[in-house]
Amino acid sequence: MVNTETNTDKIRSLLETVSDPEIPVLSVIDLGIIRDIISNGDETEVIITPTYSGCPAMDAISMDIRLKLIEHGYKKIKITSVLSPPWTTDWMTEAGKRKLKEYGIAPPGNSALSAAVACPQCGSADTKLLSQFGSTSCKALYQCNDCKEPFDHFKCH
Amino acid sequence: MNSTKTDLTHYTLHLADTNLILTQRNGEWCGHGPILEQDIAITNITLDLIGQSRNFYQYAAAQIGGDTTEDSLAYFRKEREFKNLLLVEQQNGDWAQTITRQFFYSVYQYFLYERLQQSKDEQLAGISAKALKEVTYHVTWSSEWVIRLGDGTAESHDRMQKAIDELWRYTGEMFEPADYETAMIDDGIAPDPATLKESWMNKVTDVLGEATLAIPEKTFMQSGGKNGIHSEQLGYILTELQYVQRAYPGAEW
Repeated sequence: MVNTETNTDKIRSLLETVSDPEIPVLSVIDLGIIRDIISNGDETEVIITPTYSGCPAMDAISMDIRLKLIEHGYKKIKITSVLSPPWTTDWMTEAGKRKLKEYGIAPPGNSALSAAVACPQCGSADTKLLSQFGSTSCKALYQCNDCKEPFDHFKCH
Repeated sequence: MNSTKTDLTHYTLHLADTNLILTQRNGEWCGHGPILEQDIAITNITLDLIGQSRNFYQYAAAQIGGDTTEDSLAYFRKEREFKNLLLVEQQNGDWAQTITRQFFYSVYQYFLYERLQQSKDEQLAGISAKALKEVTYHVTWSSEWVIRLGDGTAESHDRMQKAIDELWRYTGEMFEPADYETAMIDDGIAPDPATLKESWMNKVTDVLGEATLAIPEKTFMQSGGKNGIHSEQLGYILTELQYVQRAYPGAEW
């Protein structure tokens, strides 16, 4: 059993290197979409959950996970997508939120609290929503009233 | 259990078809939206809807089994087999008509999925719970547009009122259960759509009130979509949607 746990950890650290094709600074672990990793002998099952129902990145992510595992010698790989309970941005890691901000995307806040969206460039809380829908399903478009920079906000979901 | 496996499949297809057909209509706006941000907004909403419809089609395909896939269900069924609401197949018209169609449907979808997430069918419940978060944004967005246009200029107000008067006749069908639905209501799989009407009317009345728009007088309500009896619009939509697969069966990108 100890052996299996180590194997799961090993797979988890491999998944840290599989990135979201739309937001390459985030790994699939950062995104919080890995539900479970089941390692049973030479069979590996990775259970993932979609962010948005229509997110086109999900097919690419499944493929990237598979390729990464194949590259490291895993043979029998199963990627299972589970919908319930629905993904929430609360599952995103703190490291992920920090990386988003450094990348110029305002990270999601806690879904239970509504707070102002701070500008990732200058840090000002004086910002305005331009559009609830941005360049991908998960983002909204904002503008900073202080530095005037437009920026993406990873929507609280 | 009163419902049969076929009832569940028909109901799942009804949910999938309604989203898919609205997706195809909204998709016509891609590259033609009134301003860039709204072009992106309507296509983002459409992306959510197609994701939801894929989830329903995949579930329907699993129920049917054999060689059936989400693609075969979308591309190789005929008009009479499509069970979408009449509302969603209506033409885009102007932006007012598109907004009105989206608003009527999003509000309905919200109250429907809110109940469906408690369905005894775990897969329908899971898909709906996931979709509900997305639909919440669609309701906000379309409500804001109804208010902006209704309470805007004389021209935008008139266009909105015309759109509402035109599309109102397709809203009655949403609350009338089809036979396949009735059987599942008793089994706790589907909510009785008639019980969604009050919530829908309240929300629509609030938003139209704020938009200074009037709810149409008693109108004759069209129905049939849920049972495969469509307006002339659907044939044209399917012709475009299914063309490539009909001409080159099994073609892949």
